[in-house]
Amino acid sequence: MKRYSAFAVAREALRGNAGWQRAWGAPEPRPAYDVVIIGAGGHGLATAYYLGKRFGITNVAILEKGWLGGGNTGRNTTIIRSNYLQDASAAIYEKARSLYETLSQDLNYNIMFSPRGVMMLAQTHHEVRGYQRTAFANNLQGVETEFIGPQRVKELCPIIELKGPRYPVMGALWQPRGGTARHDAVAWGYARACSDMGMHIIQQCEVTGVRSEGGKVTGVETTKGPIGCSKLGVVVAGHSGVVAEMAGFRLPIESVPLQALVSEPIKPCMDVVVMANTVHGYMSQSDKGEMVIGGGTDGYNAYTQRGSFHHLEETVRALIETFPMISRLKMLRHWGGIVDVTGDRSPILSKTPVEGVFINCGWGTGGFKAIPGSGWGFAELMAKGHSPLTAEFGLDRFTEGRFIDESVAAGVAH
Amino acid sequence: MLTLKCPCCGVMTDETELHAEGEAHLKRFGPGSSDEDFTGYLFQRENPKGIHFERWRHAYGCGKYFHAARCTVTLEVFGTYPAQTLEPPQEIKDAISAKRPGWSWREMSN
Ligand SMILES: Cc1cc2nc3c(=O)[nH]c(=O)nc-3n(C[C@H](O)[C@H](O)[C@H](O)COP(=O)(O)OP(=O)(O)OC[C@H]3O[C@@H](n4cnc5c(N)ncnc54)[C@H](O)[C@@H]3O)c2cc1C
Ligand SMILES: [Zn+2]
Repeated sequence: MKRYSAFAVAREALRGNAGWQRAWGAPEPRPAYDVVIIGAGGHGLATAYYLGKRFGITNVAILEKGWLGGGNTGRNTTIIRSNYLQDASAAIYEKARSLYETLSQDLNYNIMFSPRGVMMLAQTHHEVRGYQRTAFANNLQGVETEFIGPQRVKELCPIIELKGPRYPVMGALWQPRGGTARHDAVAWGYARACSDMGMHIIQQCEVTGVRSEGGKVTGVETTKGPIGCSKLGVVVAGHSGVVAEMAGFRLPIESVPLQALVSEPIKPCMDVVVMANTVHGYMSQSDKGEMVIGGGTDGYNAYTQRGSFHHLEETVRALIETFPMISRLKMLRHWGGIVDVTGDRSPILSKTPVEGVFINCGWGTGGFKAIPGSGWGFAELMAKGHSPLTAEFGLDRFTEGRFIDESVAAGVAH
Repeated sequence: MLTLKCPCCGVMTDETELHAEGEAHLKRFGPGSSDEDFTGYLFQRENPKGIHFERWRHAYGCGKYFHAARCTVTLEVFGTYPAQTLEPPQEIKDAISAKRPGWSWREMSN
């Protein structure tokens, strides 16, 4: 693979851009691979990448029913932070955040990581106490966060109205090294690196069945024919329940739509990410100038990739109180993704009842930020059968009552 | 906006008046059951891409619970029925079979 560099841009400018290579291949599937990953979203691709990079396992196929990055990875509002309450969460999200810092260099692909700072507003007394507690927990975990007062909030984000009336801003949990990245680029960068290691990314290839013999996986049925494997990674987000059923087990997961919207582009007015969890809204400004706004999930199971309109109304109505200036903005696009939600709002990275089948799901409304850390840990789990990063996130935690409860700290979509 | 007819008070309701309560017809396992059955009852869900039997509460209306049969892909509603049943009534099963040939209740619920 030819490397991307300033020199390459200059060279190609001089020869009519004739020398660029395809970023990844479009191979036909082989009859079998050592490892098959279902789902070419960020988590599936990162898993494949670290399988190759950390463990030298490169006889890998990544099967995608649509186009790579076309699931939630290409639909999210790109917030990256690691200010979670529980130790297990802080560990995996902070690993991810720190990998994001050098990911562009690692992948030789500009993922546009922008550590502009993430601010989670406290708009009730309950939230003030909750975030102060999280800030203390983060200090112990080695995650740099701080509880700041309203004046500092206003300095960091002048367009915020502090006074309410319904939801006055009483402070915020501030993570200066959180931020955003270009979501498509994360998928594309990993895909290019996987393809370069000889892995097969096979798009338009839907898995329709899981084959096993004597309780052990032997391969999958797909719309491009059967493909054998000795290890299978299921990384399909909202469709986890569907694929689990093919393999013969159920999950503690429900799939619901989550929506986002963007405004017309305007001049720079906000250079941090702001989340307002009480009112279920969060906002940042993209490099193009659009205000990127995310809302809450729909209340009931659906696979529609569009949500209920009244949820958008609710989000925008509440955000206007905190950001009065957006009341004059036109909204350009809105869309939805199907997110996989667990009861404790924490992900599942686990072995399953079928030997050789591993599952990585339950990232729900907040897994973009976790992509590198999740791939790092899940690859280790698949290669070695155990990973310190994923140990707490097994399916057995539901039987044992050992929840990783993030539903208070992270009770909203992000 | 999703609209459902509340079989308790007979009102056609908007989803903003309702609260979704998840999978219906769960078989209850309590103290003394195996860990596996208890986990299944508490946490594991069918989460189907297709016909879903689900509990709803007419939260901002009569306050009562009822059941609905709904497709999670098209959002089509096949009917609502009282919560005091172990399985959907025959006319709801017939309405689903008419639209989804080959569909059968047992397959969906197991
Ligand atoms: C509107 C919205 C906003 C969000 N905002 C944020 C945010 O700000 N910050 C954050 O951290 N997270 C956010 N998230 C969550 C984040 O997007 C997800 O957690 C993350 O992208 C999940 O990545 P994934 O790789 O697991 O899933 P996906 O990217 O969905 O990839 C799964 C892939 O599997 C494929 N697939 C499914 N079934 C099959 C099959 N049978 N055969 C083959 N392929 C199959 C799908 O086509 C899909 O491409 C948001 C999500 C949404 C919807
Ligand atoms: Zn009623």
